[in-house]
Amino acid sequence: MAVSTGLKYLKESALPHQWCSGCGNGVALRALLRSFEELEYASNKVVVVTGIGCWGKADIYIRTSALHVTHGRALAYATGVKAANPDLHVVVLMGDGDGATIGGNHLIHSARRNMDLTAIIVNNFNYGMTGGQQSAMTPAGSITSTTSYGNPERAFDICALAEAAGANYVARETIYNGQALKNRMKEGLANKGFSLIEVVSPCTTLYGPRNNMREPVSMLRWLKKEGVPTSEFDKLLNPEADGYFRTGKLVSKQVPDFSTRYREIQARVQGEMAGKQK
Amino acid sequence: MEKVAKLVQGNEAIAEGAFYAGARFYAGYPITPSSEIADISSRRLPKLGGIYMQMEDEIASIAAVIGASLTGTKSFTATSGPGFSLMQENLGVAIMGEVPCVLVEVQRSGPSTGLATRPGQSDYMQIRWGRHGDQTLIALAPASVAECFSLTVQAFNLSEKFRTPVVLAADEIVGHMRENFVFPAPGEIPVIDRQKPTVAPAEYQPFNFGIDGAAPLASFGSDYTFHITTTMHGENGYASTDPANATRRITHLHRKLEANRDEIVLTKSYDTEDCDVLIIAAGAVTRTAREAALEARKSGIKAGVLQLITIWPFPDKEVAAAAAKAKKVIVAEMNYAGQLAGEVLKAVGNSVELKKVNTFNGEVMYPQAILQEIQRAPGSFVAGAK
Repeated sequence: MAVSTGLKYLKESALPHQWCSGCGNGVALRALLRSFEELEYASNKVVVVTGIGCWGKADIYIRTSALHVTHGRALAYATGVKAANPDLHVVVLMGDGDGATIGGNHLIHSARRNMDLTAIIVNNFNYGMTGGQQSAMTPAGSITSTTSYGNPERAFDICALAEAAGANYVARETIYNGQALKNRMKEGLANKGFSLIEVVSPCTTLYGPRNNMREPVSMLRWLKKEGVPTSEFDKLLNPEADGYFRTGKLVSKQVPDFSTRYREIQARVQGEMAGKQK
Repeated sequence: MEKVAKLVQGNEAIAEGAFYAGARFYAGYPITPSSEIADISSRRLPKLGGIYMQMEDEIASIAAVIGASLTGTKSFTATSGPGFSLMQENLGVAIMGEVPCVLVEVQRSGPSTGLATRPGQSDYMQIRWGRHGDQTLIALAPASVAECFSLTVQAFNLSEKFRTPVVLAADEIVGHMRENFVFPAPGEIPVIDRQKPTVAPAEYQPFNFGIDGAAPLASFGSDYTFHITTTMHGENGYASTDPANATRRITHLHRKLEANRDEIVLTKSYDTEDCDVLIIAAGAVTRTAREAALEARKSGIKAGVLQLITIWPFPDKEVAAAAAKAKKVIVAEMNYAGQLAGEVLKAVGNSVELKKVNTFNGEVMYPQAILQEIQRAPGSFVAGAK
């Protein structure tokens, strides 16, 4: 099989893109479009739902149907789209601010409800579009434009949160490894039920320079070193304290999704109704 | 089939009106005094092949409704004041994205949690102005169980036709009252579906509007691949910062309702042909006003009632025409400020004596409150009168 490019899903007329040099969003976008291609999705059967944020602008560059909405609410819109038409592939693109902070409530409930959605959260540790403020995924102690003296709060482990809330598929990759990222997205899309892929990504304009990673490449080196597969992670003595995080597929289950369960209810009550009429 | 009248609750008539109009998706969050609409939807929709979803909050509820509507499924939600407050930002999405949907607001009394089980009419201004930015929408107010049904159908019809959210501005009294009602047979009330595009998929533009009408709306999953953003956008549905486009876009959101206001604006008149005293009311207070007017006629005062069925766009022409024949106009409503009275004043100016009757204690407004004002001689000063 020829290597996928994802180009047929790329809206080239919208280029050049608006993201900063060294930003990871381009790698994440390419991985997503390649996974669409490998899964042979028809453009009109895909709905990309985005909220507000740097990664939330990705819909502009994608040649599928799309819905760009309010900050933090993309999952709730996507829930309506998917519930009303379960045959659609509904992909939700959010940043750490959009998806894990203002939209955190919708995230846990989408996972609990096991909506057949694929949430791709690009985590760049801060709010890029508004000047680099602290988010719920900013590491403790790090510097942002609103935590000048170090972040007093802890960051969410969004993968652990999604797992605890009932997600069927959970994975994390860094944008250092685009191939693995594409594979995880493909798995998440193909897995029925709620899927979450955390994409750890550099913010080379705001987060990196404020946290001793002035050059874009230094953030990439950091991601390369600190993101390790579970097999290696478990061999490390004090991985979390040293800043390491797990990558790869973390959860993969086949619990029936909301629409499957709801269709069963519809069939049952309609059957009972037909029985009564006889 | 023989038609049998049943005792039907207002909220039940609203839910059944929605199903009659073709609604097959409900997403909501329970709140008094609207919860019966959720309960009934959860029982009826799966039987109709539709979907009921109980969301995590009202923010998610209206979001899911908008998402579902974009698949071509008529969708609605129901709430009351506090929930309506939470829905405001995403209601703006439905306006800007021109997504048809119906939001039922069964108004209760007081600010904040207020009097959660008591009636109020204090959200008319929030319905019109509760969101940021230049925008407008349609709101209808039922005064009976029959109107709960027929105006819900009408709300969907207007929503689909003009690609706009419509708020059914009910109140706790009409939501919870029970009246004899015969459910209309299919076809008895016209049902309008949104216009779908007919152009080739490559040529489709989701916001390709004539200035006075709404553009056809494709469904997600159909042959049409399209982009909806509620950032300021051009006809192709992609973001645009062009000032000329922004001017055209905002103008269109207003013009499509203004240009069609005669079709949207509904009022009802009771004994207004010869009336000296005109009472203007909406929702449940219409019933109080009619009782007061009948009592006044017994004592020789010619009183009549103009019921505002459409609240937004405001029936200014109808109000001015009815007031032109009267010596005195009374606006009766269950809120402190006189939210409808302010709009009536805009419509009639100083051409006629205008009085307000307001209650805001969580009780139904009694006819005596209006009757007292009717019986006051025109122009007389009464201590304590507003």
